[in-house]
Amino acid sequence: MSIGLLLLIILGLGLAGWLVGRQRAVASVAGDIRKLHSLPGYYGHTVFLMTTVPAFLLMIAWTLAQPVVIESRIADMIATSDIPEGSSRGLVMADVRRIADGLDAVVARGEGDATLAAVGVEGADIRARLAEAGVAVGGEVKPSVLAAALEYRALSGTALTALAAVALILALAGLGWSISRIQGEYRARNATEAFVMWLLIGCSLIAVLTTVGIIASLVFETAHFFRLYPAADFFFSATWNPKFGGGSSLGIWPLVWGTLYVSAISLVVAVPVGLMSAIYLAEYASKRTRSWVKPAIEILAGIPTIVYGLFALITVGPLLRDWFAQPLGLGSSSSSVMTAGLVMGIMVIPFVSSLSDDIINAVPQSLRDGSLGLGATSSETVRQVVLPAALPGIVGAVLLAASRAIGETMIVVMGAGAAAKLSLNPFEAMTTVTVKIVSQLTGDTEFASPETLVAFALGLTLFTLTLGLNILALYIVRKYREQYE
Amino acid sequence: MSGSLLTQDPRTKARNAAERRFRGYGLTAIVVALLALVWLLISIFSAGLPAFRQTFLTFPVTLDEKVLDKSGTRDIAVMSKVTTVAFAKLLSQSIEAEITARGIDLGGASAKDVTKLVSEESAATLRRMVLADPALVGTTIEFTALATGRIDGYYKGRVTMESAALDKNTSPEQLVLADKLKEAGILGTRLNSGFLTMPDASDKRPEAAGLGIAVVGSFLMMVVVLVLSLPIGVAASVYLEEFAPKNWLTDLIEVNIANLAAVPSIVYGILGLAIFINFAGLPQSAPIVGGLVLTLMTLPRIIIPTRAALKAVPPSIRDAALGVGASKLQTVLHHVLPLAMPGILTGMIIGLAQALGETAPLLLIGMVAFVRDFPGGLFDPAAALPVQVYNWTQRGDPGFVERASGAIIVLLLFLIVMNTVAIILRRKFERRW
Repeated sequence: MSIGLLLLIILGLGLAGWLVGRQRAVASVAGDIRKLHSLPGYYGHTVFLMTTVPAFLLMIAWTLAQPVVIESRIADMIATSDIPEGSSRGLVMADVRRIADGLDAVVARGEGDATLAAVGVEGADIRARLAEAGVAVGGEVKPSVLAAALEYRALSGTALTALAAVALILALAGLGWSISRIQGEYRARNATEAFVMWLLIGCSLIAVLTTVGIIASLVFETAHFFRLYPAADFFFSATWNPKFGGGSSLGIWPLVWGTLYVSAISLVVAVPVGLMSAIYLAEYASKRTRSWVKPAIEILAGIPTIVYGLFALITVGPLLRDWFAQPLGLGSSSSSVMTAGLVMGIMVIPFVSSLSDDIINAVPQSLRDGSLGLGATSSETVRQVVLPAALPGIVGAVLLAASRAIGETMIVVMGAGAAAKLSLNPFEAMTTVTVKIVSQLTGDTEFASPETLVAFALGLTLFTLTLGLNILALYIVRKYREQYE
Repeated sequence: MSGSLLTQDPRTKARNAAERRFRGYGLTAIVVALLALVWLLISIFSAGLPAFRQTFLTFPVTLDEKVLDKSGTRDIAVMSKVTTVAFAKLLSQSIEAEITARGIDLGGASAKDVTKLVSEESAATLRRMVLADPALVGTTIEFTALATGRIDGYYKGRVTMESAALDKNTSPEQLVLADKLKEAGILGTRLNSGFLTMPDASDKRPEAAGLGIAVVGSFLMMVVVLVLSLPIGVAASVYLEEFAPKNWLTDLIEVNIANLAAVPSIVYGILGLAIFINFAGLPQSAPIVGGLVLTLMTLPRIIIPTRAALKAVPPSIRDAALGVGASKLQTVLHHVLPLAMPGILTGMIIGLAQALGETAPLLLIGMVAFVRDFPGGLFDPAAALPVQVYNWTQRGDPGFVERASGAIIVLLLFLIVMNTVAIILRRKFERRW
């Protein structure tokens, strides 16, 4: 039975339950619905919710847990001698999964389970068969691995049947129980509302679960990484040179330097432009100008970062190379810290300008009036009264922009290059934390080598850095706002 | 210092000049920001618009029975043994025959130059066409074939005579021949609808690369995001805004949502890779995983505007409903939520637009894989629009830059439509209390 069909059946049960529940409630008062505690629909609602929701939740939890349980059960089937040199059980496990999927494909081609049983006996031609079905398996298929794959497939099939059975029993139990509760005095509305309230709370908790998931996956895999690679080398080495044969040096400093360099350039571009346009819009611009310039600048924030990446790659990079880097003799690479920084600066302008704009507008008019009344010009008022008053908020805005720049990925992937270097030359290609996360995790990923796992340590560094900056920025902004309220 | 009120003293002049300069800085900043926007758009559009036009060759092709179906039975199983190589040969023979028949002078172009006018992809297209309709065998059809990327590039200004002389995939003679074919009406540049419908093509065939699978994949992901994040986002917002008591749990949730909105998107990719693919064993490159990751990323960005929309509904509405005996949940579901709906939908569409343009997390969950078959469901491998752009920029052939920019134009059009709908919704239904 497929998952989709199961969903439909449970939904059907729920709908039937709705009708039965409502019917039963109306019947219990002989059609005189004034005698019911709640409106008749609520009796239906409570049955529907009790039938479908627990079954759906079970299905979600089951699907998440199933592979873990099955793998732990068949992990021992793979003989230790069948794990190739330099590989791990996890890698072989991936093969098992792939072969099991391949067997599914073979069966789907109409060869039936009979051939599958034969395959189990003589594992020799399994690769050819899988290749015929369009599944490529690298290397020789060892008997114990094949046995594990067959077992994996069998267990998955059993698990699906078991899931269907348990989910249906749960749905029917919910149906029966909730129907049995229905009589005239039953407070169906209260029951339904309490149930819905729990659903609402559950939905809000997803935010917390996401954070837990992020932190758990980052911390867990980072710990895994530090078991394979010394933490001291990661934090204190100044070379980044991953080799997939082993013996890599994975020092974080070249990446952190690249990240900070690119972000610094982007802030040098974005802060003056963003801040000055915010000041102009808040203090000088007419209402009409403001009403179209502000949205126009905010378009910059709505453009996907991949567009900026392509812009860096095809326009800004070659331009900087031909007009600055090569004439000045500073390099001949079109991807450079300068390229990425400039383009990222353009991207960050609206973050600085709209936040600063809000903050400048929040400065009380009385301060300006006082200053102007003493004979100061508008610009003197802005520089000597408004800006000092708004300074904490503007610092907060800049910190938020910095955190945005540090976490940005596509612009640096396409504009900054891939060479990990500690250099001061802005026209040289350098790399950042995010670029390396992408390059270490893209493609075939098996979580066994330090070269792959380092991405999680990098991710944790990035997460901590941006989170710290955000919390600091929000703290500063909030503290400032309290002053004038 | 004695002076008239009507003449400015040097100090006032200096102060006024400073004032003008300051204004000037502000104006310059705005002009710089707007110019950057214009520059960005012009650069992308000028690079991408040619992708919507394509060079084609139209000539008669005789589908020789001796080559395509030796048995003469029109049995698909037998006919599918004929590979694209045979079809490619057939195409090159046909175009040679057509050139001779029209009396066009080859002008020094070699046989290889003639063969290489036609994209390798066209042989596969022709083969599919014949297998779909075996009755075509033995007849002569008017076939429209894609020209190769170099010929196409010549008519878009990417390939010049000078560059062709250095290029081993083309030659100046071939380009001259192409010009002659154009005069004869065999070769022509027209609208390229295949760009939106065809699947991706291999590294050497930029002319055949299309966005079909990427558009379908992105659409499937957006469906997942919409189906999951609209109910969950609204439920969470309703709870936090209308019901939540002030305690440590709701504080924790609020802090979490505020911080999740600022987490770099790539971290969500790591989360998806670790939880959905590695832990739960969901397939790589599948729209379901992409959709789940984007949902988690979009949720906090939807909850914030949704709460603002709920907050904008005046308390008098709630008081009136409670006053006539509605329960708190009835008040919210029957009165507050419908009134807040335009605002919620606006926030939802803007959140979806952001999710549509997001690239980085999708790279980590394997959406970069090369996919040739249209996905049949949420669990089949697919591509995504922004990832397809990234993919194309990593290819060697310069023809792919044009494709990538064209794909961005498609992406931007989707975003413009979504944002316009959001703005219209807001203008039309938003109520000021």
